[in-house]
Amino acid sequence: MNTTLKLAVSPHIHSGRSTAGIMRDVLIALLPATAAGTILFGWRALLVVSLCTACCVGFELLFNLITKQDLTVGDLSAAVTGVLLGLNLPANVPLWQCVVGSLFAIIVVKCLFGGIGCNLVNPAITARVFMLVAFGSMATQAFPTMVDAVSGATPLGGSVTDFSLTDLFLGLRGGAIGETCALALLIGFVYLLVRRVITWHVPVTFVGTVYILSFFFEGMDFDHALAMILSGGLLLGAIFMATDYVTSPSTAAGKIIFGLGAGLITVLIRYFGVYPEGVSFAILLMNILTPYIDAWTKHKVFGVGGKKA
Amino acid sequence: MAFSLRGVHVPHRKNTLDLPVVRMDPPGVVTIPMSMHIGAPARPVVQAGDLVYVGTKIGEAEAPVSSPIYSSVSGKVLKVRDFLLAGGGTTSAVVIESDGEMTPDAAICPPTVDSRDSFIAAVRASGIVGLGGAGFPAHVKLNVDPSRIEYLIINGAECEPYVTSDTVTMTDRREDMAVALEALKTHLGIKSIIIGIESNKPKAIQSMKQLMTETAQGCTAQVKVLPPMYPQGGEKVLIYHTTGKVVPAGKLPIDVGCIVLNCTTIAAIGAYLKTGMPLVEKCVTVDGGAVKNPQNVIVPIGTAISDVFTFCGGLTEDPAKVIYGGPMMGITLPDMDGPILKNTNAILALTVKEAKLPKTTACIRCGSCTNTCPFGLAPAEIMKAYDRRDAERLTELSVTACMECGCCSFVCPANRPLVQTNRMAKIFLREEKAKEDAKK
Repeated sequence: MNTTLKLAVSPHIHSGRSTAGIMRDVLIALLPATAAGTILFGWRALLVVSLCTACCVGFELLFNLITKQDLTVGDLSAAVTGVLLGLNLPANVPLWQCVVGSLFAIIVVKCLFGGIGCNLVNPAITARVFMLVAFGSMATQAFPTMVDAVSGATPLGGSVTDFSLTDLFLGLRGGAIGETCALALLIGFVYLLVRRVITWHVPVTFVGTVYILSFFFEGMDFDHALAMILSGGLLLGAIFMATDYVTSPSTAAGKIIFGLGAGLITVLIRYFGVYPEGVSFAILLMNILTPYIDAWTKHKVFGVGGKKA
Repeated sequence: MAFSLRGVHVPHRKNTLDLPVVRMDPPGVVTIPMSMHIGAPARPVVQAGDLVYVGTKIGEAEAPVSSPIYSSVSGKVLKVRDFLLAGGGTTSAVVIESDGEMTPDAAICPPTVDSRDSFIAAVRASGIVGLGGAGFPAHVKLNVDPSRIEYLIINGAECEPYVTSDTVTMTDRREDMAVALEALKTHLGIKSIIIGIESNKPKAIQSMKQLMTETAQGCTAQVKVLPPMYPQGGEKVLIYHTTGKVVPAGKLPIDVGCIVLNCTTIAAIGAYLKTGMPLVEKCVTVDGGAVKNPQNVIVPIGTAISDVFTFCGGLTEDPAKVIYGGPMMGITLPDMDGPILKNTNAILALTVKEAKLPKTTACIRCGSCTNTCPFGLAPAEIMKAYDRRDAERLTELSVTACMECGCCSFVCPANRPLVQTNRMAKIFLREEKAKEDAKK
């Protein structure tokens, strides 16, 4: 037989998992939230999400071309950033702000740091924080008035009861496009768990910490504490952004520390900060701590150190 | 125990598991290398023109860590030539033209074994090496102070995809294994025997349970059924999962009172004690998408791989890779002229589709590598440290503990060459250490 055999070192087979496949799963998991946002806030919501996605992919493509690098848009990570950014904005956000936010997320936060895998902080979260700060009161102004009642006033106690838990669970409240419908977000969460894209550690410890601390801040009221975790951007952040591989710890222990820290910061900002919502800041701050958490929570190597067997 | 050793679920592809084992017709020519084991190569003791029989010694083991080599066919020695080993390096090889008769050497008779020393001498004379793939001479492993041996662990895990030769050995050669275990008990005072098998091999488990019941006279003997998770058959993984003992990095199983032998090695020892016929043939799994009739074949050692494929109906398409061993840790071959070795347990001809690996892209820090590494290493970190040749950091990351099972590369969604880099990093650290030692 006349053939050229390939020489290579083992392993000779691969699991078939790929970055693009993982990102595709994240996009699929975000579909319910996008659909819910469109139903709740109308077609403009879909326009915002689509525009952010198109801008993020476009800016990354442009950056690849200008810097003469391999095209990386095929890995779908820019699309994920775009969808997440869109879902983090209110439906009536000015469209030019979507473009600027996308530019910031992709170029400043991601590409300038070296592209996928090299960014220190989550691009979508950082762009959301940037837009909140740069465009002044954009985030709260643009929200329907209801949202102030929820995420602004809840720490004062009592006003969470303005909404029934069912309304909160279905997303019948003001807020960013993708953050209100807990049901849709949980469907996405289950999908990501089943597909083994993420583990339970970050979302459960993050949301759990907020729940437990809110329970005490809300005067030991279970319903109020539950309302607190269904309010603001907690579920969207905890499920989809705090679990970003690049900017969260790798090991289970690290993920638990990350979730605990993010939950604590969220509650502190919600109750004591000047901003009504603390999820974005909490994730951003924990992103910055991730290298340290990773260093502290390395796996112990089998047969190295410790007591002799 | 604080450790839960991770691993990966590899596709099993044990296509040959329930097929009958067939014996191959004598090949026209065999090429028998003098180095089919870890340690010093054997020295050829025949010349062109010599007549040899099945079991005639053709290579003498002279160093303590070495193994003698025997002719696998009867016929005439054509030449003794240089031979390039698949793993790099050269040795000599004896090329024998078979007369097709397979006449056994008249001098073959069962060895006289009546003491520990004569038992170990017999194992050395049998030419048996670690048949699971490592090829470490079995007599060296057994030649330890018997008081240090707490457990004899038999490796029947066979966790590599495709490969089933150990499994069929366990189902078909229980009697040979029983003979070897009796001798091990008598001469090495083995008190506890555990055989580890993955749960996806029920027939082998059944057979070994019977063997363990028969063997339990005067010692404890048990089958430990393990979850089918790669790399269950890794030596340190197996020891941990059968006894709970942790072999420290850089130490040997005997340092925690264990001797690990592959089930096929055990069967080969038994066969030698019974008949005196040294190791001259090997049961080999022939598989891969390009092979027409995948099956387990008993092949004379030294038979060209191309002859074995021909015996299995030939290849249905041009393979992309031909591999000695399994796809997770096997070695690719440059051509199909290479021979079946003592420690060959499988030859695979993978199609282009089977051997296709995705494109390597940037690390997304998903943590899959460190979360699947059985030993808890951090391959992505090791790669960063190796890229800047940071010996201190590599030492800190314990890269030398890596057993090169390949789980990290297998799961990496960016298909980064992680285990490959670990190997390079280990070599790099060895070189750095040598440089430092030279300075002193």
